[in-house]
Amino acid sequence: MSVVLSAQNLRKSYAGQKVVDGLSLTIKKGECYGLLGPNGAGKTTTLRLMLGLIEPESGSLSLLGFDVPQHAREARLRVGVVPQVDNLDPDFTVAENLLVYGRYFGMKENEIKARIPKLLEFANLTHKQDVKIPTLSGGMKRRLTLARALVNDPDIIFLDEPTTGLDPQARHLIWQRLRELTAQGRTLLLTTHFMDEAERLCHRLAILDHGRMVAEDSPRTLIAQHIEPQVVEVFGEGVVQWANSFAAQFSRRFEVSGETAFCYVNDAQPLLNHLEGHAELRYLYRPANLEDVFLKLTGREMRE
Amino acid sequence: MKPHFFAPPRLSLRFFPIWRRHFLVWRKVAATSIIGHIADPMIYLLGLGYGLGSLLPQMGGTSYMVFLAAGTVCYSTMNSASFEALYSGFSRMHEQLTWEAILNTPVTLDDVVLAEVLWAATKSLMSGLAVLAVACLLGLTHSTLALWLIPLALLIGLCFSGLGLIMTALAPSYDFFMYYFTLVVTPMMLLCGVFFPATQLPPFWQHVSSVLPLTHAVNLARPLMNGMVPPDALIHVAVLLAYASAGFYVSLVLFRRRLSQ
Repeated sequence: MSVVLSAQNLRKSYAGQKVVDGLSLTIKKGECYGLLGPNGAGKTTTLRLMLGLIEPESGSLSLLGFDVPQHAREARLRVGVVPQVDNLDPDFTVAENLLVYGRYFGMKENEIKARIPKLLEFANLTHKQDVKIPTLSGGMKRRLTLARALVNDPDIIFLDEPTTGLDPQARHLIWQRLRELTAQGRTLLLTTHFMDEAERLCHRLAILDHGRMVAEDSPRTLIAQHIEPQVVEVFGEGVVQWANSFAAQFSRRFEVSGETAFCYVNDAQPLLNHLEGHAELRYLYRPANLEDVFLKLTGREMRE
Repeated sequence: MKPHFFAPPRLSLRFFPIWRRHFLVWRKVAATSIIGHIADPMIYLLGLGYGLGSLLPQMGGTSYMVFLAAGTVCYSTMNSASFEALYSGFSRMHEQLTWEAILNTPVTLDDVVLAEVLWAATKSLMSGLAVLAVACLLGLTHSTLALWLIPLALLIGLCFSGLGLIMTALAPSYDFFMYYFTLVVTPMMLLCGVFFPATQLPPFWQHVSSVLPLTHAVNLARPLMNGMVPPDALIHVAVLLAYASAGFYVSLVLFRRRLSQ
């Protein structure tokens, strides 16, 4: 498979603070690649470096065969971008937003106009084409932003937290559309801090922390490699004392966070039997997921 | 400040779709905008022209109304370019994130800033044309030389768009622009011979006036309205061009720095 994007040893700092610290990654054609990380991990800065909007202090970048930032402009002809914060043109209608955006790519008028009906259909916005932006819901704006990112028929689409702030219905529709895009053979690079989003959509993902990559693989492999297969979350009155006395006996690894003890186990049965005898405690027994990996690798403390 | 911030501007025709976008937005509110372009200078022209003019039968060899008309074309053009470059430019850069959306496409910051300068100059040209049309209707000018005020309005527009964008590049918020209007735009209106000849000023202020761009604009506009070729025309044009180029370049350097954060 051909390489669409390759970054080697990227570094960028602001005011002496390292935001991206020696990041290397390769994205292949047709894959959905995720960048996961807590707030401030360097996800958005990484995207801005890859688009050539800011210059790295060191390292090299190649996007669609073009050196970035030297030839970022040429590369961006074949790139679509869904930014974190909506920046649609509020004075224009839905269809006008697509038309005006297409012109920035140097597309011909009739070429853009021929694409607009398909883009509106993709975004489920055909019935809203003559409506102004402020009257759209949050989900509609995101769908239009996604459609706008497709106006130039891009090979790779950068999505910066595409579903942040959306309700579950709107989020599921976006996910469905993103899967359609990968089915068409387009490459996606998305940042998110929703673990279920990353687990559902991404073929491969990188977990970033403090500007460094701490793990990279498919969601399934990351879970298998980094975490015990089963998790029992124990909560209720006296859980901290319980955890201090018993958790280590029954789990390979445990963590207490707030009012919950997370017990990571290969076989949950002995722990579940034990918990039957503690009526004051409640528990949730589930398979390990990407969030467990994420919290193990990046820690549980708040990032503010 | 990094060396590449100081690179010469890379100009290209890619600015045009951006300029066109600004024009399309303006077209949606054109009616109110045109009324504003005409009403504000009309109020000054008629209010001061008839009011003050009745006390001052002659100024600079013409009626006060004719004297004022040339000044009004210039200051109205300056105001229009300044408002567009400051308030509307800041809104596009900072509030609506229009720049951010555009910069994700195959255009560069240089294209975006060029489009801002040219758009603000376009708006100020419209403003200058509106005042000129009113002056013609009021019979304040009869010379075909007055048509030179059309390219002059564009030049004044470029000059004050570039200077205004420097403020936009530095502004933390809209409040910052009050300084520019109270400390730069208003004093210039009073020092540059818009309402009275700058020769009435004390010598120190005459020196200050002689380096301000609006003075050079007025020194070109007034003779042209009266059907005369302005003395030292090339010097005045050169000064305005110098301000326009310097404003554009300095603002571009500052925008490069601001957007690299």
